[in-house]
Amino acid sequence: MGDLDLAAGSELNMNLIWASILIPVATAAVIAVANARAARGLAAVGSLASLGALAAFAWQFPAWSTGGVSPEPGGCAWIASINATLGIGFDSVSLLLALLEALLIPICVIGSWSAITDRQREYYGWFMLLHASILLAFAARDVLLFYVGYEFTLVPLLFIIAIWGGPERRQAAHKLFLYTFLGSLFFLGSILFVGWQHHASTGLWSWDMGTLSSFASTRLPANTQYWLFAALLAGFAVKVPLFPVHTWLPLAHNQAPTAGSVILAGTLLKLGTYGIFRLALPMAPEGGAALAVFAAVLCTVAVIYAALICWVQTDAKKLVAYSSVSHLGICMLGLFALNPIGAQGSVLYMINHGLSTGALFLLIGMAYERYHVKDMDQIGGLAKRMPVWAFFMVFFTMSSIGLPGLNGFVGEYLCLFGTYIATGDASTKYPGLLGPGFALVAGTGLILGAMYMLLLVGRYVFGPLREPKADSHGKHGHDGSHGHDAHGADHGDHDGHGDLTGREVGLLVPLALVCLFIGIYPKPILQAIGPVVERTLAPYPAAVERALMSKPQATEAVQAQAKEDDRG
Amino acid sequence: MVDMSQTVALLAPEIVLFVASMLVAVLGLSRSTGVRSLVPWVCVVALIGSILALDAVWTPERIQGARLLFPMLGKYGKTIVALIGIGLVAVSAGSIDRRYEEAVARGRASFDALRVVRGEYYAFLLLSLTGAMLVMSAPDLIWLFLGLELVSLPTYIMVAVARTGRRSMEAAMKYFFLGALATGITLYGFAMLYGATGTMQLIPMRDVLVAQAAVGGLSTTAIVGTILTVLGLCFKLAAVPMHFYAPDVYEGAPLPVTAFLSFTPKIAGFSALITVLGIVGWSGHAMVDHDGVRIAYEGLPQPITAVLWMVAALTMFLGNIGGILQTSLKRTLAYSSIANSGYMLVGVIIGPKGGIGAMYLFMLGYGVMTVATFGVLAALERKGEEVDSFESLAGLRASHPWLAFLLTVSALSLIGVPPLFGALAKIVLVFVAFEGGQATLAGVLLLNTAIGAVYYLRFVGAAVVNPINAKSQEVVTVSHRWPKVAAVVAGLGLIVLPAFLSRLVDASATTVNGYIDYGETVASESKR
Repeated sequence: MGDLDLAAGSELNMNLIWASILIPVATAAVIAVANARAARGLAAVGSLASLGALAAFAWQFPAWSTGGVSPEPGGCAWIASINATLGIGFDSVSLLLALLEALLIPICVIGSWSAITDRQREYYGWFMLLHASILLAFAARDVLLFYVGYEFTLVPLLFIIAIWGGPERRQAAHKLFLYTFLGSLFFLGSILFVGWQHHASTGLWSWDMGTLSSFASTRLPANTQYWLFAALLAGFAVKVPLFPVHTWLPLAHNQAPTAGSVILAGTLLKLGTYGIFRLALPMAPEGGAALAVFAAVLCTVAVIYAALICWVQTDAKKLVAYSSVSHLGICMLGLFALNPIGAQGSVLYMINHGLSTGALFLLIGMAYERYHVKDMDQIGGLAKRMPVWAFFMVFFTMSSIGLPGLNGFVGEYLCLFGTYIATGDASTKYPGLLGPGFALVAGTGLILGAMYMLLLVGRYVFGPLREPKADSHGKHGHDGSHGHDAHGADHGDHDGHGDLTGREVGLLVPLALVCLFIGIYPKPILQAIGPVVERTLAPYPAAVERALMSKPQATEAVQAQAKEDDRG
Repeated sequence: MVDMSQTVALLAPEIVLFVASMLVAVLGLSRSTGVRSLVPWVCVVALIGSILALDAVWTPERIQGARLLFPMLGKYGKTIVALIGIGLVAVSAGSIDRRYEEAVARGRASFDALRVVRGEYYAFLLLSLTGAMLVMSAPDLIWLFLGLELVSLPTYIMVAVARTGRRSMEAAMKYFFLGALATGITLYGFAMLYGATGTMQLIPMRDVLVAQAAVGGLSTTAIVGTILTVLGLCFKLAAVPMHFYAPDVYEGAPLPVTAFLSFTPKIAGFSALITVLGIVGWSGHAMVDHDGVRIAYEGLPQPITAVLWMVAALTMFLGNIGGILQTSLKRTLAYSSIANSGYMLVGVIIGPKGGIGAMYLFMLGYGVMTVATFGVLAALERKGEEVDSFESLAGLRASHPWLAFLLTVSALSLIGVPPLFGALAKIVLVFVAFEGGQATLAGVLLLNTAIGAVYYLRFVGAAVVNPINAKSQEVVTVSHRWPKVAAVVAGLGLIVLPAFLSRLVDASATTVNGYIDYGETVASESKR
């Protein structure tokens, strides 16, 4: 009887997940044939329904505190001959990220209502497909299915940037597609390799993440794991993006329409960090331990380098875009601390970054809709015109730079603390390879972060009021001849230079509330993340021990080198 | 003794197509427009008839009697040829002789039996498809050679058939002379294989090579003969080093013929390739010692693997890098065709253990993508000419949203974006390469997939992203609807087929059923 209930419950859960993924697909199909004027309404309804389905699932999610996966792995067959399935399920980490996605999408859709005036059906249709594929990627428990979701996100994003983006939109979309497509092929190659190895040594086919992870981490030799981790890191690093392969991101962010930037920063980049957390770390602990220092050096370089670029930016949107690179450096650093504190912080940071950076892009987009200028040399002191906007701008800036009491602080602190204690001290439960040096250098990034973000607030929000002249105004709208009808916006009923409308405030309030909640009471979220993180990192203490024993001097040398690099 | 009547019965699909080709050649000369317009229909009916005939005659006893090296290859292969053939007929329908037929319809030209090309075009199309089918059930080298010639000879004429411009004639001449050269090389290889084995029958040839290997390895003549054959066949595949003709010929030929050229010679060439390689076998016979014990070495003999490896890698790189440099639609698609041959060669190198099945799965996907892409392009015209630049496609989304959608789907499928069919077929191919121990080749394939994305994205960019320009404003759809129908069916197929992936993988794996590999023969003989 109890079993039956459980089975029925599991069935219901499965259906709720599929509902949250398929409702947007169905919405896209309806939008394709519906009236253009109805598109935005349909998209809003579809995205809210998807959020509802996922929230209902989360409400009775049984594995919040256990770290397990629900529903149980398994699913209907997809490619029977190699046992690929349509296996879906969440653990608390993927569920939190999926909830973030489901929360951001209605905000993106409703936030686009006034910004997107042409080709609306296509726009909202692509947005719905983007939503479905991101959710599919987070929900997938089968690596091939994850690949499908992960890769398909590129197509809607390509169109969203290439059609509704800024003046250099085509170049930006091309670069985005080619960079991340190449990266994901590394990832595809790696998982096919692991699947083949699994079959070669056990005689069975499996593409389940859990099965493959435990197989790869225990049965593959250290050398193979090294290359496996390197390939997976190369694949996901493009998406994160880590330092040398980050160049597509600022361009894409800057050219994307507001909602595109929001979702790009909010959850698409998280697919990269999630991939490293979900696949690279558990599959190849030997490789992870061997490459942790290398990756951490890249992260710290990114933190400092991107922060310095931010400092000299005059374009508000570009500044926030580069700050993403810097912030994700800290996020990844926490992950490579290889202890539960750092990894917990890292996962929390993924969520926080999605909330606060997403909100910042939204706010900059709102100002852009009114002035069609993002350059802080031409525009500033907007608090005098838009006090409500200024309030939110300051609020999310504080959240982004990690003011205690807001969400950013918790994640950032845990990441850096995790890095700090990740020393080679064998007496701790989780010896690490990084240590105080990395934490201090990355901590400098925080100070720089506070400086450039306050600079943004100081010039863009406060200070003397500078508004572009009316004629330059039209010109700018024309430069970006991408569907924004500059003059129409001027004469629109709410678009003058007035403060935020009720709709816009309504978009920002939920984000602000979540930020506040996580900042004041992060305990339930950290508790939910904890068991999953511990499970992921279980093979690491032993692997790190081996890495420490093999070349202690080399590690120190690299650390010293890293410090010098960053100082230089 | 081979029962002749059984062999003839097995040829029923080919006979149906042959009879139909004679019929359309006559019907096409009719004075009545109505009768002439029946011609494509007759082709479609004949192709469906050949699939039904194939089902009816393909019984185990008959296959046994036919003594084929790959007894089950024909079942899957001929079905694919006929199905894609229907798509290719639809892409052609109405466009080859459009100008002349319109002139006749408007009374501007009188009917002239010497000028009307409809009948001969479709007759040659069907004959070429017949050749492709014949190749798949060849029991000996002569049959194989005649089948290959029957594929090629009609296509030389089809390239020239739209007697409109010099480019068409130039393309036909280039294609013919280079084709003759390649045929010569193939034939030379066949002669050496005959010299090495003393027989033309494929199964006895394999047995002779087994015996050779058992007493100290394959003769050099056999290996050189195989390599020459492979190089000659590269012309049919449009693979390096015989790929030079492809961009010029694809560009010069009328669009529907280009579509035909990028599929039919390719599937015939690949079938011939695996038939010839099947004689040598994929199970390391050179490593059999005198006691008949097989030393574990998988794959074709080393020199042949090395040649194929180089051909595959170079074909992928040259195809994709060449594609980036093009501005003409048809030249871009020619390089795409070259690159896709490179991908499929990976499957050939891996062999019967998954590789050939994956290759035929990819071939199906490639055929569907070809029909979809060319169907869209054939449905468009500008000032009565076919469109051949990315500029002409700009803003297609606004003028013809469905065609733009279909072109996008097929381009994304060619790039390899999941869950479209092209991507999944490619994943199976990569996977098989890993499984067969060719990890480097799998890496090359993945890298090339990324390079290919650069030029396939241009189709997407032109059709969906770019605004309409002066040139593309003049682009209209053609009056006949068949290319559109072909594009719709094929484009939706790319979206729907992944749901049946499991079955298609199994079906394509049946192509190697009943093939007894070299090493297995050795093993069974040493047991005796």
